[in-house]
Amino acid sequence: MSDEANKGLLSPLRRKLLMGMAAVPAITMLPKASFAQAPATSAVNTTGLAVTDTEVTVGILHSATGTMAISETGSIEAEKLAIEQINAMGGVLGRKIKFIQEDGASDWPTFAEKAKKLLVNDKVAAIMGCWTSASRKAVLPVMEQYNGMLYYPTFYEGLEQSKNVIYTGQEATQQILAGLNWIAKEKGAKSFFFIGSDYIWPRTSNKIARKHVENVLKGKVVGEEYYALGSTQFNSVINKIKLTKPDVIFTDVVGGSNVAFYKQLKAAGIDLSKQALLTISVTEDEIDGIGGENIAGAYACMKYFQSLDNPNNKTFVPAFKKMWGEKTVIGDVTQAAYLGPWLWKLTVEKAGSFDIDKIAAASPGVEFKGAPEGYVRIHENHHLWSKTRVGRAKLDGQFELIYETADLVEPDPFPKGYQ
Amino acid sequence: MFGDYSLGDLGSIFVMQGFAGLILFSVYVLMALGLAIIFGQMGVINMAHGEFMILGAYVTWMTSSFFQSHLPSLFSGYFFLAMILAFIASGALGMLVEWVLIRHLYKRPLDTLLATWGLSLMLQQAYRSVFGAREVGVELPQWMLGSLHVSDSIEVPINGVFVMCLTVLITVGVAYVMYKSRWGRQVRAVVQNRIMAGAVGINTEKVDRYTFGLGCGIAGVAGSAFTMIGSTGPTSGQLYIVDTFLVVVFGGAASLLGTIASAFSISQTQSTFEFFMSGSMAKVLTLLAVVGILMLRPQGLFALKVRK
Repeated sequence: MSDEANKGLLSPLRRKLLMGMAAVPAITMLPKASFAQAPATSAVNTTGLAVTDTEVTVGILHSATGTMAISETGSIEAEKLAIEQINAMGGVLGRKIKFIQEDGASDWPTFAEKAKKLLVNDKVAAIMGCWTSASRKAVLPVMEQYNGMLYYPTFYEGLEQSKNVIYTGQEATQQILAGLNWIAKEKGAKSFFFIGSDYIWPRTSNKIARKHVENVLKGKVVGEEYYALGSTQFNSVINKIKLTKPDVIFTDVVGGSNVAFYKQLKAAGIDLSKQALLTISVTEDEIDGIGGENIAGAYACMKYFQSLDNPNNKTFVPAFKKMWGEKTVIGDVTQAAYLGPWLWKLTVEKAGSFDIDKIAAASPGVEFKGAPEGYVRIHENHHLWSKTRVGRAKLDGQFELIYETADLVEPDPFPKGYQ
Repeated sequence: MFGDYSLGDLGSIFVMQGFAGLILFSVYVLMALGLAIIFGQMGVINMAHGEFMILGAYVTWMTSSFFQSHLPSLFSGYFFLAMILAFIASGALGMLVEWVLIRHLYKRPLDTLLATWGLSLMLQQAYRSVFGAREVGVELPQWMLGSLHVSDSIEVPINGVFVMCLTVLITVGVAYVMYKSRWGRQVRAVVQNRIMAGAVGINTEKVDRYTFGLGCGIAGVAGSAFTMIGSTGPTSGQLYIVDTFLVVVFGGAASLLGTIASAFSISQTQSTFEFFMSGSMAKVLTLLAVVGILMLRPQGLFALKVRK
């Protein structure tokens, strides 16, 4: 009855057992000497971070309570999995990763306060955390003032770049443009109806999408609507959609509203196998609440789907399910959160140091070949080069991959001509 | 905006928009009925109303999973049983809460605001611990999905019709209980003058407990019905609380008729505005109109004349 993820959270014993099991093969493969060869702490940590000869401490900062817990739980799970796997492989520069988890409680000032606590009191070497743009904006000045390193997993609106943040999700142009190009070409779509929740991410994303539709695709936006966060009544806008008969409904509705929107769309007789709908806000996580039967046939545009068929993903998905339960699903952001600890490890090893300044400088060019989404690389602007993919939702709540860009898409947080 | 469309198109859109307004109306009445009893009749500012609704939604979800795994042949009818169970579960929790918490606060109605707000936080966290932080998807029987095909361009959502029927049924039931039954007379007597009601032999404590239980039970049924149109998660109750209070306060706290009239005017205003402008703008204008009217009529649309 209670979901598996929660049991996992409640059972440290089970986690320890799993950790032990995961570690056994890796440790036997590892040359015994590797720990002894770990470089001296004084050499790799010149700024007083929480690094000892055997351990390094990082922070995990997400909402485990409050309204955002629904979304952020997956990120916490992914980061813990990554840390365990890294430890099983011998850690970072011969040091085991220890993590301190703080709860942002879906409250932005709390995020800032906890970030400060992690940096000033705990002296963590990096923070994996934040989810909403609001929480990131609250934490950003703290990261810059106390010189920390944040690995931020969510796809977001762009228009930001910081020495102290690595953005492991896609920024808006990276996520949207390829999807719009695809649907314009594949479906011959000319008219678009935008509907989103009323806050910065949907508004910025739709602005970019509108410019692209009007200037590049030479199409028409026949409607652009915003509903307050948490809205549960969409019948009026659905009538407008029926009246304007757009080729494509383009949505970035989030949270509980999503569930109401798709249920009412279906109830109003709009058949998603005939009416093209492209969403940038629904991952496997959201479908859990929406119900596969309500959204089957819709297209989602992002960089990762649980069903991706590549060797990395084939080991990642079972490992995740083994740790957090068979029923858990893995959405785009969960995968991006999983990249955080790995990218940090690779960057530390490239820099040969835990120092924040050296990590920030060494980040561009760091590549992670084991990413479940496939190869990724950090760009000069601290975002990731990644592919954009379009998936079609199936009845069972999974996506079927329909299209992916041939090459990695360059991140462009300050897109010219789109602002 | 209408230049490009044929008359037929426009006609059917107006019909459908009319239905959209009616559905919104039913949703508002359904979510406000429970609160109209608790806040309207008893004067308890129940901030945990949304959480009682979500309890009903979770009960529905559990019933649906149970039927799916154990009685798949009866799945198409599970919803009716789920609503009854939701009523019982939310009602029972309501009576427990009344006994533990609310009965000590009848003399301090403003304090019920804080107490029930705390209760709502506790319930949210309890749901999160028991059911998990993620939303659950309530699977509906096939006949409740989709729409009735009236003409080529007019389609009426079945779940909307279902909510409408349910609302009518419950409203009639509540009106009967409150205004025709012996127990309803007792409730109204206690509301008007607690001491006097006690003096003529009414067990006011018992009346209070059952009234609160009834209000919460109806909230549970509303929550159960809303699994058809909304989400079910630990904090989903928060989505309804503001609109619910809006409807009850605007209607005039102690009047059932007021609640219905206010739900009707708010839903029609909002759905008309929503059609001609964007969703958030419609909300702003609706709220402005409500604030304006409440400034002129602080007691709400309908108010009982009571000697204080």
